[in-house]
Amino acid sequence: MPDQVLFAAEVMLNGLMAGVLYSLVALGFVLIFKASGIFNYAQGVMALFAALTLVGIMDGQVPFSHLINAIFGTNIHHFGWHTPALLAIILTVMVMVLFAWLVQKFIFRHLVNQEPIILFMATIGLAYFLEGVGDLMWGSDIKKLDVGIPKGINETIDSLTYNAFGYGFFIDNLDIFATFVAVILVAILVCFSQYTKQGRALRAVADDHQAALSVGISLSYIWILVWSIAGFVALVAGTIWGAKSGVQFSLSLIALKALPVLMLGGFTSIPGAIIGGLIIGVGEKLFEFLVGPWIGGATENWFAYVLALLFLVFRPQGLFGEKIIERV
Amino acid sequence: MLYREAGDYSTSYPEDSQTFPIKFDRYRYYAILAVAFLVIPFFVNDYWANAVLVPFLIYSIAAIGLNILTGYCGQVSLGTGGFMAVGAYACYKLMTAFPEISVMVHILLAGGVTAAVVTLFGLPSLRIKGFYLAVSTLAAQFFLVWMFNKVPWFYNYSMTGMIGSPERTVLGIVVTGPATDAWAKYMVCLIFVTFCAVLARNMTRGSVGRKWMAIRDMDIAAEIIGVNPLMAKLSAFAVSGFFIGIAGALFFSVYLGAIEVTEAFGIEKSFLVLFMVIIGGLGSIFGSFAGAAFLVLLPVLLKNLLVGGLGWPTDLAQHLYFIIAGGLIIIFLILEPHGLAQLWRVAKEKLRLWPFPH
Repeated sequence: MPDQVLFAAEVMLNGLMAGVLYSLVALGFVLIFKASGIFNYAQGVMALFAALTLVGIMDGQVPFSHLINAIFGTNIHHFGWHTPALLAIILTVMVMVLFAWLVQKFIFRHLVNQEPIILFMATIGLAYFLEGVGDLMWGSDIKKLDVGIPKGINETIDSLTYNAFGYGFFIDNLDIFATFVAVILVAILVCFSQYTKQGRALRAVADDHQAALSVGISLSYIWILVWSIAGFVALVAGTIWGAKSGVQFSLSLIALKALPVLMLGGFTSIPGAIIGGLIIGVGEKLFEFLVGPWIGGATENWFAYVLALLFLVFRPQGLFGEKIIERV
Repeated sequence: MLYREAGDYSTSYPEDSQTFPIKFDRYRYYAILAVAFLVIPFFVNDYWANAVLVPFLIYSIAAIGLNILTGYCGQVSLGTGGFMAVGAYACYKLMTAFPEISVMVHILLAGGVTAAVVTLFGLPSLRIKGFYLAVSTLAAQFFLVWMFNKVPWFYNYSMTGMIGSPERTVLGIVVTGPATDAWAKYMVCLIFVTFCAVLARNMTRGSVGRKWMAIRDMDIAAEIIGVNPLMAKLSAFAVSGFFIGIAGALFFSVYLGAIEVTEAFGIEKSFLVLFMVIIGGLGSIFGSFAGAAFLVLLPVLLKNLLVGGLGWPTDLAQHLYFIIAGGLIIIFLILEPHGLAQLWRVAKEKLRLWPFPH
């Protein structure tokens, strides 16, 4: 096989792996959007916040230490213990549930029946707020996150492809791990929404708020539940992304990438979010590889958005979405 | 009592349809203009001009532009930063290509160029709305910034990739470049702000503005009563682009002098201007000023208070700014969706009756 095709195939595989992360973030969006009609811009910052909290708990950082030091003139930074990864993850999940409850109680309960765009802007405010709180709590320096996820080149794939094509593919173990996690997560979510009582309630609310209310489903409970699940998904995405390139501010920008993913996949479809993420991941890597050198590179910044824009013009509901878009 | 309209009769149609029909409003407006034009230029120093006044004036223009699009016509845009970059680069190209023409003309023309570009990116709004449209403006934001970084023609093939404004004079006074006096910067911005505000105020209360508001409130009903949605939306995009382009051109040529596009016109700028519009008040020209003043002053105030007053590190003040700005957005959306402008309206109502509220 010619080298160029092999390179392209490798780029494509890596794009698929990157797409998995986009899918994970997009998944959080879809869950909240289906259940409450809120387009949650803060999803990316939630991933950042979850990852920051995880690192902070694992390292035994004192929350708000900078603020405390500034006010009282003390010099404390760490409790001096290290929490095991599993316990830290459980604690972080609890923090995210608490966050879901707070968001519901103090923000979205007061914004019921507002226009979607108002809710969207509220989540932009929430994103800023959460970013500030996260930085204030745990400090804004780039942190290393190590929860024991394997990293580095996968030797098996490298040698297999080398024997088959005479060129070894470089695939990161972390990406393979991320893919497995994503598959398991989606499987759990599907099982949850299909086979449990809460899951059924969730789907009922997604179908029709008022009908769900009239058969006695508590909307506020469902909303807290769905924000908690989104928080959990954010934690998974944040952990994987953080293990890959450190926990830092740019993590919250993947939230923006999730927007075109949703345009492609449709706002209301979980499989759509997954496939949309994969398409964007592969598409931007391939475009950068094939067309990028001709027009100056760094096309990954905008490719996804322009692709989404084209999709909007020709198929506004996305690949799998319901036709909810209002035509003008 | 303080704010009175009693005894304020109009005896002719022009008098009745003037911009500020109430005498008190009119005099207040003249007084503010007089102070802005005749008093402040003599007292302004470098710190006040660069930290507070000039950014406030420039962001006011940008906020008016976005308010026309989002507040009056109901089309949410997240591409303000990218559109400001269009204005800045158009101004730069014009300034370097035609040095003999006045820079004021260049700034206006930069507004025109931006209007054309924004209209182009507004075309999807004819088919989609809501946050679907927000995403298409997001595409504009990232694509434009990338383009200004990658196409050397835009920055005249300079090695650094930055653009710097050459020295230009108006009536013999230096207005751009490093040798500009604080008061000259301030005056140029003030002139454009006054021009834009008068234009915007009159457009929004004229037939164009009514069409925009009809589209915002209910597009189908607007179409039935004879508003052409195509023209109304595209004109909103164009006018908004014109203002945002002027703001971008001023931001580059007068305020900063030299910019690097990803740093100066990134996505944060889009959100900043959107926040100004929300906090100030959607659908209000006064609100654009109030929101710009608030969000320009807040970081300066926090910095002076916490860093200067209490000796805290700067990054803490920065984080607190994020928390306060984000929190305020939420609070305003919940309690007062019409922003500071509505608070002002309520205050006026109260002042009318004061001190006998019954």
